[in-house]
Amino acid sequence: MTTLHPGYNFAYLDEQTKRMIRRAILKAVAIPGYQVPFASREMPMPYGWGTGGVQVTAAILGEGDVLKVIDQGSDDTTNAVSIRKFFEKTAGVETTTETARATVIQTRHRIPETALQEGQTIVYQVPIPEPLRFLEPRETETRTMHGLEEYGLMHVKLYEDIATHGHIATTYAYPVKVNGRYLMDPSPTPKFDNPKMDMSPALQLFGAGREKRIYAIPPYTKVVSLDFEDHPFEVNKFDKPCALCAAEGVYLDEVILDDAGGRMFVCSDTDYCETRRAEGHRGEMLGEAPAFVSREPAE
Amino acid sequence: MDTLSPAHPHSLSGFARPVAESQSTFHAAMMALARPGQRQTLAASLTPPAPLSEGVAALALALCDFETTIWLDPAFTVSDEIASYLRFHTGARIVTSPAQANFALVGETAALPAFDAFALGTLDYPDRSTTLILQLPSLDGGPPFALSGPGVAGEVSLAAHPLPPDFEARMQANRAVFPRGVDLLIVAGLSLIGLPRSTSIRKAGG
Ligand SMILES: [Zn+2]
Repeated sequence: MTTLHPGYNFAYLDEQTKRMIRRAILKAVAIPGYQVPFASREMPMPYGWGTGGVQVTAAILGEGDVLKVIDQGSDDTTNAVSIRKFFEKTAGVETTTETARATVIQTRHRIPETALQEGQTIVYQVPIPEPLRFLEPRETETRTMHGLEEYGLMHVKLYEDIATHGHIATTYAYPVKVNGRYLMDPSPTPKFDNPKMDMSPALQLFGAGREKRIYAIPPYTKVVSLDFEDHPFEVNKFDKPCALCAAEGVYLDEVILDDAGGRMFVCSDTDYCETRRAEGHRGEMLGEAPAFVSREPAE
Repeated sequence: MDTLSPAHPHSLSGFARPVAESQSTFHAAMMALARPGQRQTLAASLTPPAPLSEGVAALALALCDFETTIWLDPAFTVSDEIASYLRFHTGARIVTSPAQANFALVGETAALPAFDAFALGTLDYPDRSTTLILQLPSLDGGPPFALSGPGVAGEVSLAAHPLPPDFEARMQANRAVFPRGVDLLIVAGLSLIGLPRSTSIRKAGG
């Protein structure tokens, strides 16, 4: 446990702001997939850094929590390190990179490969919470569409993808239906992770700072990726296992090794990959790969 | 026994550790709604005026402030003491119409008003609804209901009592207007069970 900075209220936010966010979270949990408006506050970091997720984490965090922060699948990017340090300093909570040890996991994109458990909460940093926004820019209209469950336009959009590309081209923020009712944007998460949201034992909370929305998926809730009978939802498949730890069925990132076009595919979840290597799993490039593979989000 | 003067609301204490106890109380409420039917424990210590229980007072203090409105049922308005205590510790406005309440505190649950007396939210804003906090003597021993829906793996049983005789029909009607509806936090002592509007309910074993 680090020493708590004396100048801050616990987890930075004042108690009044926390109560307001907490009330929004209770509604979000009771109405799975519905975007609850909240009065998003300025945080001491830029909007692109996931201030919505940071506010949700600040509102739920308790003294006994153990926090993990990931960006893409990594605990070590600038964004993840800054947010982790922020909560170490303002809340004095213990932090970890180990998925199984964390009680709260804040993420920008990925859901960890290690299956989440009951009692864990995952907080997503969401840039654009409204799945219908690119079809309909007016908030009053999208709100009515959700209210009346008018989601035909989204199906048309996906079907146009099929007509153009022969398959649904959306690979990130792939829309899901929550408990058969609300259409929801699962943040910039790759669609590879969509099946992990379905019937997860963990509580899933989503915070969008700039757009001032909070939404949630309770544990054991049906989450279905939109698809068509003749074009069922499929996750990305990777041809080879991870080059470092030989894991299969996990999400891989491409890493450029040299100027001559050398490259390898490795786990995006760095903690998962390191744990497997420590357990003795060896990929084909282990030993040849740079000892420290540094990756920053490609945005 | 001290009978000299009724307790002044200011002398009745709120949270001893407001930041930590507000968080732990909120966390219990969040998990109660995230896991309907599963018992949560409130770890707060405070002294509310009777007959308001510690558990219900903890939820009110953790969740309410000057931005919220509270409705009190007749069991909690026998004197002005409870209203004064809540005003003093939260700054919340006490309202006389249940339809205007963000939170409704109900002490006599068998006489629970019809759900549509409360705010049910709108289709566009279903979150603009009342959260009902029910104070019961026990979470056991009542006629059993089976709960299912988001937050429940399979089915879970609820046997809190007393609840109104038409409780099953009310909850089914509440589920039928989803995403509108009320959410329930059911409290006995320091134990808490959540019943969000997303939960389906039926009488068990029959
Ligand atoms: Zn790996």
